[in-house]
Amino acid sequence: MNALINWLDNRTGLKKLMHEALYENIPGGARWRYVWGSTLMFTFTIQVITGLFLWTAYSPSTTTAWESVYYIQHHMQYGWLVRGLHHFSASAMTVLLALHLMQVVIDGAYKAPREINFWLGLILMQVVLGLSLTGYLLPWDQKGYYATQVSTEIMGATPVVGPQLQQLAQGGPQYGHHTLTRFFAMHAGVLPGTLIAFIVLHIAVFRRHGITVPDPDRAPATTFWPDQVLKDGIACLAVLGTVLTLTIWHHGAELAAPADPSEAYSAARPEWYFLFLFQFLRFGWVEHQGLAFGAIYLPGALMAILAAMPIIGRWKVGHRFNVIFLFVMMVGIIGLTGLALKNDAADPDFQAAVKQAQDDSVRIEELAERPEGIPLEGAVSLLRADPKAQGPRLFARNCAPCHRYDGHDGTGRKVTFKEPIVEEVLEKQKDGTQKKVKKIIDYKPPVEVLATATDLGKFGSPDWIKAVITNFKGTFAALENVKDKDDKKKIAESSKHFLEGDMSDWSSTHAQHWRVKENEQALTDLVAFLHSQGQRRGAPGISDEAPKRGRQIFETGKLPVGKFESNCIDCHSLQPVGEDKLLGEVGAGPTLTSYGGDRWLREFLSNPGHEKFYGSNNTMPAFGERLTEKELDLLVRWMVGDYE
Amino acid sequence: MSQPHLDLHETASSEPRRGFMTHILAAGIGLLVGAVPACAGLAFFLDPLMRKKKGGSGDGFLKMPVSLDALEINGEPQLVKIIMDKVDAWNTYLKQPVGAVYLRRTDKDKVVAFNSRCPHLGCAVDYKPSEKHYFCPCHTSTFGVDGIKQNEIPPRDLDNLEVQIRNGGEVWLKFQNFRATTPEKIPVG
Repeated sequence: MNALINWLDNRTGLKKLMHEALYENIPGGARWRYVWGSTLMFTFTIQVITGLFLWTAYSPSTTTAWESVYYIQHHMQYGWLVRGLHHFSASAMTVLLALHLMQVVIDGAYKAPREINFWLGLILMQVVLGLSLTGYLLPWDQKGYYATQVSTEIMGATPVVGPQLQQLAQGGPQYGHHTLTRFFAMHAGVLPGTLIAFIVLHIAVFRRHGITVPDPDRAPATTFWPDQVLKDGIACLAVLGTVLTLTIWHHGAELAAPADPSEAYSAARPEWYFLFLFQFLRFGWVEHQGLAFGAIYLPGALMAILAAMPIIGRWKVGHRFNVIFLFVMMVGIIGLTGLALKNDAADPDFQAAVKQAQDDSVRIEELAERPEGIPLEGAVSLLRADPKAQGPRLFARNCAPCHRYDGHDGTGRKVTFKEPIVEEVLEKQKDGTQKKVKKIIDYKPPVEVLATATDLGKFGSPDWIKAVITNFKGTFAALENVKDKDDKKKIAESSKHFLEGDMSDWSSTHAQHWRVKENEQALTDLVAFLHSQGQRRGAPGISDEAPKRGRQIFETGKLPVGKFESNCIDCHSLQPVGEDKLLGEVGAGPTLTSYGGDRWLREFLSNPGHEKFYGSNNTMPAFGERLTEKELDLLVRWMVGDYE
Repeated sequence: MSQPHLDLHETASSEPRRGFMTHILAAGIGLLVGAVPACAGLAFFLDPLMRKKKGGSGDGFLKMPVSLDALEINGEPQLVKIIMDKVDAWNTYLKQPVGAVYLRRTDKDKVVAFNSRCPHLGCAVDYKPSEKHYFCPCHTSTFGVDGIKQNEIPPRDLDNLEVQIRNGGEVWLKFQNFRATTPEKIPVG
């Protein structure tokens, strides 16, 4: 063994190298405060190891990036673990970077002759932030896509060369395959290479000047190995423990739904360590100064002060200034981060968006796990063609202006209105004069908007059908919120037509029948008949006993106790499933053929003013003209529950 | 040993036991923290070896696009493309050509099938009607019309596949690939 080592040493100088690496002198003894640099090296090592392994399974293109990450996360053994370690170690690295910087500034380790090393460290910090920014996009999920859009737009706001920079980063005017290949090359090649080169310089210069010791007489001098290595190792173990705990707790890193440029993502936020900047850019006065001020000049100025610390530190009070500046900056960053989190927690719209994003990511997993697998055009096409994912969005855009869905807009958000606060302000004109202009300066707190049409959350269900029969006026009460054009205190005529029409009368005059105990079953049967005709999933079969009995009541109006004064078929027509003959005649009331089912709803939404529906009483827009066939299909299938 | 190293021993000798423990602990923890990401990554990398074969539906037999009647008894082998759904990681490709077989009717109700992959190194063999043998263009393996190797280049005969005649005239076949280079037929995947 010794002979071999000597042989190697003779040819490589290994012993000297190892000796220099391990037996660095540490006056004052090993200390916990020196561990930060080593923990950073350790997290970077985790990133290199896990990153290389992830590289073996990652495929950078807009139709395969999300898909390959999905495959890593859900199908490859320990894929979630490797991805989770990579993700949470990136977060840990940012925290450790801040701690390392603080320790260096507080101990005055930036002072002469260590200025260059301090600057090298600042460069390393920029490279690390660049790594996290480029890595965030790679899964090509909604979260990363929209957060990175903001970053590249900011890049585009750079004075003079902005648009060119942005195009170079994106690999074109828009995001596409080359955005991913470029970001990946940066993330896995250029930036880590740069980082390694600067780490070598950083450590080499560090070793040249030695460690900065505040009080060398504290304890007898020791060497890096093994005393400081042990402390560093324990600190690394703690970092690893934290990262592992987070990884196992979350079962790896989150993967949102695949990126879709046509689908807004209201839950978009940058990675948590950039939240402070996000919050800062949201302040009105910052926004007023322009994007370049908040996102480029100001952070640039802060970085410049950091970089100037070794020079500032030469003054008598310089060091104190540096420590206070850093402290204020850290408090500011923590405060802004906290504020961003607090605002989001208190914002019901944001919470609903987060919930929707989570629903989407659960849904895409269900869709991708089907035997057909993920189509070649990418997983996003699965979500685009899915009624469960698209229905609520279509409802929110098209129906929620009047209707509600279980009290919300279909996607879980309340329908609200924020009244703008307008003030007259003096604005400088081009010719130098000042002029008063009205400007929105803020908004009042949001108030819920009253629905002007029925809540459709239960539409077509037995409960709904029962409610229409027994409590018509109550079911459609939201129509009372439609006011007369001229007299806002009066209910609009169109609503009165509906609320005081024949069906409303029928419902209230026949309410007495349903209070009779013997008729309870009859009502259930009648409901079952109509429900069965819609042929929804879970509806009774058309030839089941209850629907058959219900049909008798529908046609004859005979109840165990009493009889309808006017029958259903006196006003409504209905062509039973599989039969040629029409019950009743098309005319007075809306047709009930396949009521509440796919066919009825499709035809009704296309043209509610058709004579077989509301005819001249109709006030609802015809969505056959507003929606594409595909959109109508998705909306209808979602509303009738026709999806797996 | 160089001079500074001896210095260290002198410092350490004041507390020899603690020094020894520190060495062991420092090395142990150092190894441990490095091993965790490395092992996780390695286990991830070994995924293809640990992947269980997905059981396909049915008995694995495919109906061939030619019927028994279309094949002449002791006629020339016919090349048939095998069309199957192919799963590639997260994608499923429906109805893709995944290989080819030679079918040859040897009796009234007997069809012999050979995988067209050469058992030598996996190239596709050609049937040469004029010479009545299979010929591999890559390394000149030749096989008789019965699939038996005719020179010493291939390690074994052409790979025979299981064939069933169903419903009086349908040709059904169990398609399989076998590992090249070995004297034995070892199924792949």
